[in-house]
Amino acid sequence: MIITFLVVGIIIASTILVCSYRAIYGPGTFNRIVAANVIGTKAIVLLIVVGYIIERPQFIDIALMYAVIAFMGTIIIAKYVERGELCSR
Amino acid sequence: MLAIDVVATMFLAAGAFFMITGTIGLLKFPDFYTRMHATGKCDTLGQILIIVGCMIYEGFSLITIKLLLVSAFYLLAGPAGGHALMKAAYVTGLPVWKKGDKRM
Repeated sequence: MIITFLVVGIIIASTILVCSYRAIYGPGTFNRIVAANVIGTKAIVLLIVVGYIIERPQFIDIALMYAVIAFMGTIIIAKYVERGELCSR
Repeated sequence: MLAIDVVATMFLAAGAFFMITGTIGLLKFPDFYTRMHATGKCDTLGQILIIVGCMIYEGFSLITIKLLLVSAFYLLAGPAGGHALMKAAYVTGLPVWKKGDKRM
């Protein structure tokens, strides 16, 4: 069963590597934000799968915190780009 | 392999397939909005399928409840973040791709 988790982990890591093309060369701000969002999503799954590969499932706590932080980052960046400021008077 | 392992492997394979599909959409689609359309659904579904596979493999314990918590949180947070990003792009005035235009 470790082999299955290893294959899935390698697939997710290679998709992260491919997505970083859009994060580096993507035209405009929004394509880069989308690529960063996707990489954050895939990193959550990769943390869980790596936790099963090395047989230490306590990595799930880190994945949960990472999900919360990635969501907050996406919302804050979207609001900043939309309004031009973070806190309206 | 046990029967539970076979079912978990099927769920993990389906999740990996949806991850690859979302990545291809992110690379090949011609516009910001269509890229968002591809990634916003495929990533959510792929993540939830992989987490369900891990839950089936784990059995019933505290870790299963934590995995359910991660999955439920992302089911709420991912589409909300995608909607905020899409609305920000539309209000800012990012041009929409139409058929026959150049890739942007």
